[in-house]
Amino acid sequence: MTSTVAPPSIRHSRLGQIAVIRALFTVKGAIAGGWILALVLVAVFAPYLTSYGYDIQNLPNAFSPPDATHWLGTDEFGRDVLTRMMYGARTSLTVSSVAIGISVFIGMVLGAAAGYFGGRFDRAVTVVVDLTWSFPEILVALILVAIIGPGVTGTMAAIAVAYLAQFTRLTRAQIMAIKNETYVEAARSLGASHTHILFRHLIPNALAPVLVSAMLATGDAIILEATLGFFGLGAQPPTPSWGGMMSSGTALMFRAPWIIIIPGLAVAITVIAINLYGDALIRALDLRNRMREG
Amino acid sequence: MLGYTIKRLLLLIPVFLAVSVVIFSIIHLIPGDPVDNLLRVGSGPEQRAIIEARYGLDRPLPVQYAIWLGKVLTGDLGTAIVGQRPVIDLVGQALPYSLALGASALLFSTVVGITVGVIAALKQGTWVDQTLMGGVLLGSTVPGFWLGLLLILLFAVQLGWFPVSGARGWTSLVLPVLTIGLGGMALVARITRVSMIEAAQRDFVMLLHAKGMHPMRIQLRHVLRHALIPVVTILALRIGWVLGGAVTVEVVFARPGLGTLLIKALNQHDYPVVQACLLMLAMAVMLGTLLGDIVQAAMDPRVRAAIA
Amino acid sequence: MLLEVEKLSVGIARINPLSDISFGVDKGEILGLVGESGSGKSLTALAVTGLLPLIGGRVTAGSIRFDGTELVTQPEAALRKLRGKRIAFITQNPMTALDPVQRIGPQVDIMSRLHLGKSASDARARTVDILTQLRIPEAAAICEAYPHQLSGGMKQRIVIAMALAGEPDLIVADEPTTALDVTVQAQIIHILATLVRERGLALILITHDMGVVAQVCDKVAVLYAGRLAEARAVFPLFATPAHPYTHALVDCIPRANMAPGALSGIPGAVPSVARYPEGCRFHPRCPAAQDRCKTVVPAPMPYAADGMIACHHPLEGGPHG
Repeated sequence: MTSTVAPPSIRHSRLGQIAVIRALFTVKGAIAGGWILALVLVAVFAPYLTSYGYDIQNLPNAFSPPDATHWLGTDEFGRDVLTRMMYGARTSLTVSSVAIGISVFIGMVLGAAAGYFGGRFDRAVTVVVDLTWSFPEILVALILVAIIGPGVTGTMAAIAVAYLAQFTRLTRAQIMAIKNETYVEAARSLGASHTHILFRHLIPNALAPVLVSAMLATGDAIILEATLGFFGLGAQPPTPSWGGMMSSGTALMFRAPWIIIIPGLAVAITVIAINLYGDALIRALDLRNRMREG
Repeated sequence: MLGYTIKRLLLLIPVFLAVSVVIFSIIHLIPGDPVDNLLRVGSGPEQRAIIEARYGLDRPLPVQYAIWLGKVLTGDLGTAIVGQRPVIDLVGQALPYSLALGASALLFSTVVGITVGVIAALKQGTWVDQTLMGGVLLGSTVPGFWLGLLLILLFAVQLGWFPVSGARGWTSLVLPVLTIGLGGMALVARITRVSMIEAAQRDFVMLLHAKGMHPMRIQLRHVLRHALIPVVTILALRIGWVLGGAVTVEVVFARPGLGTLLIKALNQHDYPVVQACLLMLAMAVMLGTLLGDIVQAAMDPRVRAAIA
Repeated sequence: MLLEVEKLSVGIARINPLSDISFGVDKGEILGLVGESGSGKSLTALAVTGLLPLIGGRVTAGSIRFDGTELVTQPEAALRKLRGKRIAFITQNPMTALDPVQRIGPQVDIMSRLHLGKSASDARARTVDILTQLRIPEAAAICEAYPHQLSGGMKQRIVIAMALAGEPDLIVADEPTTALDVTVQAQIIHILATLVRERGLALILITHDMGVVAQVCDKVAVLYAGRLAEARAVFPLFATPAHPYTHALVDCIPRANMAPGALSGIPGAVPSVARYPEGCRFHPRCPAAQDRCKTVVPAPMPYAADGMIACHHPLEGGPHG
């Protein structure tokens, strides 16, 4: 198909810069992208957006339903739920994106090396990856949390390992698909080194689908983070996290249902937004056929 | 088929060993002395000595693993730190609840998921398709435990149709099954729809139309059969999702299953119980995957040929 | 004429990949439909078999008359009764033409059951009979096989058997040998040609192999970029091609007595649908192109005895000299 010798990576990266914006040009993409952007801004500027502290208790004012002073009500300690939601967004977004970032990095290195060099290393990676892939992320994460212990670090490690298999598979499949293309052969015959071929030709090419799937995985990671938080295994109090808020809200859900409804809604809307924006991005990049894992 | 089944079962042995090594290692990877991790706080030296002797904790790691594995294989899963009961009893009590929930949820996700996927594919591009897929997107992006809580609020508290929690009678299964099933259904429906649409574009489908067959017959007898092959593959690989869902949902509904046991043990640092639960769940995942492979082989003669 | 296609135009979404195509084929005749890839041969086949909706296409103008019935205006249900029964279709790639998870037998049986109302056992007996006629050894055993167990040539015979099982009057074969080995290609073409002669079927043979056309076809319709270039009886077309494109195609056939290096290709490539040029679509590649060819579309005109040509400057004399 590719008759030109120019590596498609150049086309893709230039396309990519535009695609992130172009994905916003669809209605769904614009709404979804807007929500994600707003959420990130809220998380970053949380202290400037609210006059309450996330850990300031006000017991006489506990369980106050949403009203003008507390837009989303207060929790069992009289803390402002909206404030805790904003700080909770910090925890959720940081934990999931850092964890996915680590996962993507390690997964790309493993997948690229396995796909490019093949042989025994490839087989070993494939076996391990297939093994973890067939286990539900929550189970892998629980094993990790059992080892590292509850908290932000444990959650991050758990999420990073839980999604490692996915990125390794995807990268490997991408590398396998293009490593015998004409332009790679050409580079190889001109005496290019393995590192040069991997980093200049193969990895840039695999980047677009991997990054898009990383974005989609961040949505799943937010759910996983919330689930671990819900089990009391995520960020420990008083640090607010969406999962943790729901966890403490469960016992009170008949008295103050908004304490669990609001964080859950935030998780759901955020994950839907990430999915819709991811879809728009896939369309803008025309990646549909490349998103499969070999 | 029997030969294939046996072959696949044998292939599970190394997988089982790998998983068991990981689960065995938990006790050594967590901070602190492994003996302490297996004991109640404040246990005396004689109890330490018993545990040490029991697991050979003074011997080299491979030997320890062999001893542990030997005990596991004979059904000796140790003693729970909290409550001091044999772990096998705890797991044995919890397992039927988890199995009932997992199996019902799997059935629900498969049947409803395939139906929804097929309808969406047949009505591709219409409002029916868009509505169904919108609902499916919603189902796959909502955290399972939260959905469970909402269902409790609506159906158990507001309407009083089903019990809020517990595991008495089949009515207590409805909400948990719905909670897990909606997520699983979403997955199955998405794959079914995409693979129906893809299968419909295959060459042989063109020829079926050229043969003058009725389009509905082509869709349901030929296209669907093809579309189900990837569905079964992915379902088999992701059977764990349903089990993972069971873990969270059991906690929400306070069902006395493996998930509840596991989460409680994790919070109480009751490692023998943690190990046993993880082992059970891992085995369930492996057997589920095996089941999926066998079904797939039964459906596709090319797979049968490849393994014969 | 059993089948008469007149001024047929096909649209897919907003593009018009096929315009103003006319040709005809009668019982006992083989019509070769030739052209490079992308010239619209397969679309023509889909239009004739009424399968355009499958790929989102539709007939936008013209008529397709089959045995006196206008097909373009027929409802889908009526077309379905014709498809497989009176008009059979043989697809391009036998490797992917059969349902891989169904045994061979039922795939052929369905034709007799659907179109001739046979019972299951009668249909199977008939299937075995047809397979045997096509010189397939151990036909009964083949019925129990799955497609992946058969060779490409064998699969294409099965597809032909399926086509025959409905007792059709017209077979449309879309590049039936492209995916096969050269030796098998000859066998399949021989089978098809024999069927036409023995049973008096009409066959539309879509191919880009001018050698095959010269050997078995009675008439030829040459398509270029979605338009008809030339349609004539096979002998005069090869002897004195009138359209410069036909001439170039004929020149592309390797011959034993050629001087080394004499074999030529056609410079350039068939334009894609989105980039059809103004005027005659062949003019950018045509050695005889004049100014008029760049702006005015040449309409298909009667040529010689029963031929047609769409060219402002035909090669060997003609209406426009």
